[in-house]
Amino acid sequence: MAIDVATVRKVASLSRLRESDERLESLAGELNGILGWIEQLNEVDVSGVQPMTSCIEMTQPLRDDVVTDGDKVADVVKNAPKTVDGFFIVPKVVE
Amino acid sequence: MTDLTKLTLKGALDGLTSKQISSTELTEAFIGAIETANPALNAYVLTTFDKARGMAAESDRRIASGEARALEGAPLGIKDLFCTKDVRTTACSGILDTFIPPYESTVTQNLWDDGAVMLGKLNMDEFAMGSSNETSHWGPVTNPWKSNASNAALTPGGSSGGSASAVAADLCLAATASDTGGSIRQPAAFTGTVGIKPTYGRASRFGMVAFASSLDQAGPITKTVEDAAIMLQSMCSYDTKDSTSLKVDLPDFASFVGKSVKGLRIGIPDEYRLDGIPAEIDALWEQGIAWLKDAGAEIVRISLPNTKYALPCYYIVAPAEASSNLARYDGMRFGHRTEAATGLTDTYELSRSEGFGKEVKRRIMIGTYVLSAGFYDAYYVKALKVRRRIAEDFTNAFNSCDVILTPATPSSAFELGDTAKAADPVAMYLNDVFTVTTNLAGLPGLSVPAGLDSKGLPLGLQVIGKALDEGTTLAIAAVLEKAAGFTHKPSKWW
Repeated sequence: MAIDVATVRKVASLSRLRESDERLESLAGELNGILGWIEQLNEVDVSGVQPMTSCIEMTQPLRDDVVTDGDKVADVVKNAPKTVDGFFIVPKVVE
Repeated sequence: MTDLTKLTLKGALDGLTSKQISSTELTEAFIGAIETANPALNAYVLTTFDKARGMAAESDRRIASGEARALEGAPLGIKDLFCTKDVRTTACSGILDTFIPPYESTVTQNLWDDGAVMLGKLNMDEFAMGSSNETSHWGPVTNPWKSNASNAALTPGGSSGGSASAVAADLCLAATASDTGGSIRQPAAFTGTVGIKPTYGRASRFGMVAFASSLDQAGPITKTVEDAAIMLQSMCSYDTKDSTSLKVDLPDFASFVGKSVKGLRIGIPDEYRLDGIPAEIDALWEQGIAWLKDAGAEIVRISLPNTKYALPCYYIVAPAEASSNLARYDGMRFGHRTEAATGLTDTYELSRSEGFGKEVKRRIMIGTYVLSAGFYDAYYVKALKVRRRIAEDFTNAFNSCDVILTPATPSSAFELGDTAKAADPVAMYLNDVFTVTTNLAGLPGLSVPAGLDSKGLPLGLQVIGKALDEGTTLAIAAVLEKAAGFTHKPSKWW
């Protein structure tokens, strides 16, 4: 499953990353190298094996459905690049 | 007067509680050492000396009034991955270069609640993605150790390179670190220090900047096995703010240090004998086996047949989780926002491209690719199935042994700027060949310094324990530490 530059460009776009054409070229080579090495997983017989999503078997803990935090507007926006009156200022979302 | 910075954590705590030394004296000694060494080593990316002095004064007051806690007055370094309230925390990424958390991570809160003193934040690979500390936004860390054959600057390993370098160079009594594929154990091995990654879920991940959530686990880097036990005791806790935190009792970890290992069965996995590994590393492994035999342990050959698939499996699972975790850095609510765009998509793309470094971008793209439509089953689900096979290997092996002994790394510390490793990501990834399996299986793993190679550089042995059996892991490591009598320190060139 070799990756071409067009695929790398698409993956970059899905990743919300913008890379130069030159970098996309070299990334295609790097990703092919890494994915080629990963292909060896095909040697493993995994028939009947359930995917492992957690390394410790445990039931999801539940807590009471009550408010435990809040009223921290200043903290929430403290690290924002742009704010006004406790709101985030973001680029126009709907044209 | 003796150099206070050379004390172990245990030695310092004894001196503090018996009032032979004060926390203020000790803290000033470390501040002096950091001021001298840091321009050369770059272990700290931020120092918090005023805060340290305040904390030390409070500790001295508590000791005087008989209210000392477990780590009272002990100056520590904190990996920049742990959020520290009102103290800049960047995970050594440009995208967080001005981030000041309004909250404290649970692990560091536990340390402060036990009376520890914060000296500053320690350098690391960006978002903990790296094995040489060269991907840090703040520049690489230099290993205090040098080869006897060359004056070249060596890597302290990664990602917890700052933690390892600081402990090895006596720039703190002990340090926090984190381990996703070997990021505690490989730097510990490269710097002649002890590093332990506990069982997944022992230490809370709340407030730890996320890399790969099903693999990330906090742990300490220390000068001795006993110090590792002391730090672990304080760092681990059940935490309702982390849904994968384990609600289990903590044993008295230090009580295992010095315990007899007679009759314990030590598993030696055939699959860890790799082609191309230096003979010195095999020889050290044999030496470790001999030491444990002498201590009355029984040596058992075991098989972990899927070992060779652990790294490729990891390089699907970890980037997949990273691409998802790092989606939060969008330039909107916190972190870097580009000045060069006004539209929404342009702002996302440029903010992320400007803020993230090369290796992080590469891993986000691998993760995005293996999770994308058409490849999800072939790569991601397949890797999760292989992960279960790897975990089952350990379950089976632990039917016939109590702990496993392996080398910690496939080499000693290599040079910063190693061009072969820079050009080939896979060559760099192979650093974690012995450590990554325990992350996939969630098991405790510890690296203990056991000898020097022909270049005069430290080498480590790794002890892998059963889930939640850090105690036996520490007991075995303490026997190895004692038998090795590893007292070497890097000679001070800075």
